[in-house]
Amino acid sequence: MSQHPDPTRPPEPTPPAAGTTAQGRPLPPDSPAGPEGPAGPVGPEQPETVGGWHRLRLMARPRATRANAFAALLALVLGFAVATQVRSTQAQGLESLRQSDLVGILDNVTQQSSRLDSSARELQATRDQLINGSSNEAAALKAAQQRLAALRILAGTAPAKGPGIRMTIEDPGSKVTAPVLLDALEELRDAGAEAVQINGSRVVASSSFGQNADGLEVDGTTLHPPYRILAIGNPQTMGAAMEIPGGISETVRQLGATVRVVQDKNMVIGALQSPRAPRYARPLPAPTPTQ
Amino acid sequence: MIPALGLLVGLVVGLFLHPTVPLALQPYLPIAVIAALDAVFGAVRAVLDGIFNDKVFVISFLSNVVVAALIVFLGDQLGVGAQLSTGVVVVLGVRIFSNVASIRRHLFHA
Repeated sequence: MSQHPDPTRPPEPTPPAAGTTAQGRPLPPDSPAGPEGPAGPVGPEQPETVGGWHRLRLMARPRATRANAFAALLALVLGFAVATQVRSTQAQGLESLRQSDLVGILDNVTQQSSRLDSSARELQATRDQLINGSSNEAAALKAAQQRLAALRILAGTAPAKGPGIRMTIEDPGSKVTAPVLLDALEELRDAGAEAVQINGSRVVASSSFGQNADGLEVDGTTLHPPYRILAIGNPQTMGAAMEIPGGISETVRQLGATVRVVQDKNMVIGALQSPRAPRYARPLPAPTPTQ
Repeated sequence: MIPALGLLVGLVVGLFLHPTVPLALQPYLPIAVIAALDAVFGAVRAVLDGIFNDKVFVISFLSNVVVAALIVFLGDQLGVGAQLSTGVVVVLGVRIFSNVASIRRHLFHA
């Protein structure tokens, strides 16, 4: 490590720039910018304009000194270290972190995981609720619709179709009275009739039978013979019920009228009752939701 | 010129060899690199100031690296490694900036 002046350096160093660093003693090469600071003014215009680049060029000239070789070696190590560090930073995992950083990361992860856990639980509960709720709702809706259909048939507000019988009472002498017709209806209901129509009138639970000057009336509508009774139910059962000894057919025949019963697989009862709102009765609120 | 070539060669070798940093050195390598960079910029500035000395450069390079690593090591032992690393990086960064400013003034007069 020679201390003698570098042979390549100009024998007379260019005079230092006025106002720059003090040149009394050699500054270490890595010292900061000197008294004026990095951002300080440069001072008066530098007299030597050849200085910078010329010196760099001189210094860049290859020199076969030990110091230069050593500097080259250091630079090589530095380049290697930079590349290594950049590589390892790019591929950095957790292994290069300090213990405190690792603890912090672990804490963060734990907190986040517990947050996610609770969030997942909430979402699961919501999902279960939604599934149950929708299935409950669908079942309730289905049940309600079935009840509605049954009740509409019972109340006579919906047309009905199905197997049944057609009973025709020819009554040329107008001997058939309202009680006879009511008996016929009761017989049919006993035999399981679910929907009944007499001539153009749907007969329901609240239907009334009466008699006026023109003849029979059902729910205030006068009937004219022949009376055609349509009943949906089991055709065999109802047909047999009509024909039993002492039953409605025999009664009507004794009155001098004729009865004809025809079983039909596909009947349509199209007459409708208009529902009447009850004047006094009010529905009791159901204690539990319909199920 | 030769040291610059050495730097390039070292970069290329490091890029192609895929070296792994030993676990014990991992906290110190980045700080050491920055300290070495500071020494390099200081050397360039010294060249421009006309006061460059090979020996001073080598010694300042090595001492910079060793001191920086030592400070970080001490900080790790004291439990303030992260803060001290930040401090060292800040100080070295300021020095690099001031050196680069001086180099810029020499080369571009601006």
